[in-house]
Amino acid sequence: MAAVDVTDLHKHYGSNHAVDGVSFHVDQGEVYALLGENGAGKSTTVEILEGHREPSSGAVSVLGVDPAKADRQFRDRIGIVLQSSGVETEFTVREVIDLYSSAYSNPRSLDEVVGLTGLDEKVDERVGSLSGGQKRRVDLALGIVGRPKMLFLDEPTTGFDPSARRKSWDLIEALIADGTTVLLTTHYLDEAEHLADRVGVLMQGRMVAEGSPAELINRLSGTIMSFDVPDSISLDAAAATFAEVLGVEVSMSGRLVEVRVDQPTVAVHRLTGWAIEQSVELEGLSVRRASLEDVFLELIGEYGVGSGS
Amino acid sequence: MSGFASNASLVFRQTRYQLKFFTRVPIALFFTLLLPIVMLVLFNALFGDNFVCGDDACTPGNRWPVSQFYTGGLAAYTAVSATFTNLANMVPLRRDEGVLKRWRGTPLPTWTYIAGFVLSAVVIAMVGVMLMLTMGVVLYDLSIDWAKMPAAVVTFIVGVASFAALGMALASLVKSASSASAAANAVILPLAFISDVFVVSDQKNSFLNSVGNFFPLKPFVNAFQACFSPIVDGSAFNPGSLAFVAAWGLVGLIIAVKKFRWEPSGSAPRGRRSRAAAAEASG
Repeated sequence: MAAVDVTDLHKHYGSNHAVDGVSFHVDQGEVYALLGENGAGKSTTVEILEGHREPSSGAVSVLGVDPAKADRQFRDRIGIVLQSSGVETEFTVREVIDLYSSAYSNPRSLDEVVGLTGLDEKVDERVGSLSGGQKRRVDLALGIVGRPKMLFLDEPTTGFDPSARRKSWDLIEALIADGTTVLLTTHYLDEAEHLADRVGVLMQGRMVAEGSPAELINRLSGTIMSFDVPDSISLDAAAATFAEVLGVEVSMSGRLVEVRVDQPTVAVHRLTGWAIEQSVELEGLSVRRASLEDVFLELIGEYGVGSGS
Repeated sequence: MSGFASNASLVFRQTRYQLKFFTRVPIALFFTLLLPIVMLVLFNALFGDNFVCGDDACTPGNRWPVSQFYTGGLAAYTAVSATFTNLANMVPLRRDEGVLKRWRGTPLPTWTYIAGFVLSAVVIAMVGVMLMLTMGVVLYDLSIDWAKMPAAVVTFIVGVASFAALGMALASLVKSASSASAAANAVILPLAFISDVFVVSDQKNSFLNSVGNFFPLKPFVNAFQACFSPIVDGSAFNPGSLAFVAAWGLVGLIIAVKKFRWEPSGSAPRGRRSRAAAAEASG
C-alpha cells in the first residue's frame, strides 16, 4: 500500500483553483518532492494531506487514512514541519521537546532528538534566542519527536544561505535514513535533486511532470552548451548567427548563449569549426548535462508562466 | 497500542507550561498582577483617609475606611485581567505565531490545550486575588468576615469561568494579536471606570450606571466587593448578579466554540507562511 495516494485532487477558493486535478502517490519509505513556484499549489496540497484543510473534491489517503477525518492515532503517526516557526519562544529547547513529546504515544527521548538534530549544545537555551537555522532545527526536532511513519517537510530550507541549506540536507538525510516516508515541498531545484527519490512538478495547481530527478533530466535528452557572444558579433545578430551555425534555435540571456543539443559532439564540432574559421575565441564555453533547473525552465516555457522569475 | 498519557496528566502539563510561560513574559506579569497592586497602593495613598459611611450617619462605628472597598474591587479586576484580558491577548498571539496550528497537527486532544490555557489563567487569577487580599489585610486594615467567604469563593469561580469564556470569545473574533490587545483594553478599561473598580458611583440612575449594569464587569465587581463589605449583612451571596455574569459567560462560550480558529489569519503580517498564503491568494 502506498503511504500517500492522491487522486484527482481539487481545492478551489472561489474562482481560484489552487489545486486543479492533481494525482500522485508516494511509496512507503520514499522521499517525494513537490516542486513548484510560489502559488503553484504545493502548500495547499500538503496541508490537505496533513488534515489542516479539506479538499473541494478528489480522493486522498495518507497511511491508509483520509486525513480530513484524521484522529489521534493518525496524528500520532505523522510529523509536520511547517514553514513558519511557531514555537513557544520563551521555553528552552529542552522544555519544548518535553512538552511536545508528551502528546505522542511513543516519543523519542530528549537525548535522541537533540542528537539527531544537532541541538545538543542548545538544549538549555530559549528558543527565542536561537538563530534562524537553529530554530528550524527545533522545528525538525518537534516534527520527528513522535517517531513519525510519515514526515511532511514544507519548504524546510526557504530563506537559508547555501551552507546552512547544505547542512540541513545532511540533517534531513540522517533523519530519514531509518526509512521514514517523506513528502517535501520546495521551490529549490537542487534541493529536490539532492533529497528526493521522485519529484512531481506543480504549476498553476496541475502536475506537469513527474519522475526521478534523472528521468526528468533525461526528458530533455539533455546536454546544454553555453558560451558568451564574441565581441565581433553584435547582440542583435547573435541569435540568428548561431542558429544558422548550429542548425537549432538558441536562447539568449544577456551575452550568454544557451543551446540544448541532442548530439553534443556534432554541435561542438560545428561551433568550434566556425570559431576557428572566424578566428574568434568563445569565452566561457561549456558543455554540460542538463540540470533539473533546465527541465523546470523548459516546463515554465511550455506553460507560459514563470511570472517575474 | 494506545500509550498516550492520560488526559488529566496532559491537562496538568499544559497548565504547568502555560504558567511557566506567563512568568517569563514580564509585560504580561506586570499588567496582570503588578498593575492592580500599584493601583491599590496609589488609591490608598490618595484616598485612604476617607471613609464610607453607613445609611444613617457618619459616626464612628457606622463608617469604614475606603480601602475596605478598593481592595475587593481591585481584586475582582485582577481576576478579570488574568482571565479575560490575558486570554484575549495570549491566544491570538500564539495563533499568529503558528503555535496553535502546530499543536493541532499533533495527537494532543485539542481540548486539553485549551483547558491548559484556561486553567493557567484561573491559577493566575487566584494568585492575583490572594495577593491583593493579603495586601489589603496586612497594609490597609481590610477585615475579613469568614461568613462571607463561601460567597467570595463562588463569586470568584463564576467570575473567572465567565470572563475566561469571554476572553476566548474575543480571541476567536479578532483577526490578529495586535488588534486583540487593543480590543481587550478598549473593552475593559472604560468599563472598569463605570463598574465601580476605580471609582464608586453614587448616582444610581445615571446613564453610565445603566451602561455599567448592562455588562458583566460591574455585577461581578459589586458581587465580589459585597463579600468584603461591612455594610452588607449575612452571607453576601448575590444569585441574581451571578446568574447575569454566568449568562454573559455562556454567550462567550458559545461564540468561542463556534468561532475559534487555529490558523493564523491570512492578513497577519507574521511568518513566511502567511506571506506565502497571501502570494498564493493573489497569484
